[in-house]
Amino acid sequence: MPPLTRWYIKLAMVYLIAGLLIGALPPVLAVAGPAYVHLLVVGWITQMIFGVAYWMFPKYSAEVPRGGNAVAIATLVLLNVGLVLRVVVEPLRAWRPELLPGWLLAVAGFAQALAGIGFAVSTWPRVKVR
Amino acid sequence: MPRVSAWFVRASLVHLMAGFCIGAVLLAGKGIPLGFDPWSLRAVHIEMLLVGWMIQLVMGVAIWIFPRFVLHRAPQRSAVTAWLAFALLNAGVLLAGLGGSLLAAGRATEIGAAASFAVHLWGRVSPAGLSDI
Repeated sequence: MPPLTRWYIKLAMVYLIAGLLIGALPPVLAVAGPAYVHLLVVGWITQMIFGVAYWMFPKYSAEVPRGGNAVAIATLVLLNVGLVLRVVVEPLRAWRPELLPGWLLAVAGFAQALAGIGFAVSTWPRVKVR
Repeated sequence: MPRVSAWFVRASLVHLMAGFCIGAVLLAGKGIPLGFDPWSLRAVHIEMLLVGWMIQLVMGVAIWIFPRFVLHRAPQRSAVTAWLAFALLNAGVLLAGLGGSLLAAGRATEIGAAASFAVHLWGRVSPAGLSDI
């Protein structure tokens, strides 16, 4: 299993536990509902898919089986920075909007969107018909 | 992977990109004024990522990796149900994403996709890598 996949899968498991913990705490869930959902669908499910696809999809080439590393690493970083930023900023702003600036949410969304594009662009050449 | 799986997976990647970009707009709208109400995009965001990305990817990969030994039934027959599932799923996401009066038609089309996918895969869920398709 490539190192990047190990990072994806271990982080996914951390988000799974974090998401379920939030779900088990009704007072936290009341202000962190969207963050709870996204911890599970982005942090757990999507991240697990990214990691396993990076590992198991058909080889890009014999020399570079998984394609360029730079985009793949950037995808991992952007997805997690964006998600953590969202999970921290959104509930805090829902609780007390003056605590953190709203543009941080735009940054969080932009980072995750770039991660989605990065994954799609790096995976596309490995979707091969045979 | 089979051609139909490649189409499923590529379409799921397109939905992933579009769905994440729409999600970025939705999230940004919670923090900064955008000049319009992004909340109307929430339904299409959910539709594209839940059905267009996740469910579609699972279908494509399942069609790719499940056992496909042919014993006595023509493989083309099976491919037709897989292609039908692909067409119905993507039409369903489009219709349901447009919402309004098309929502029910979209949901019905997605159910048709799921049924066609189940018909395709049912016989391939078998022990020892043998199936009757």
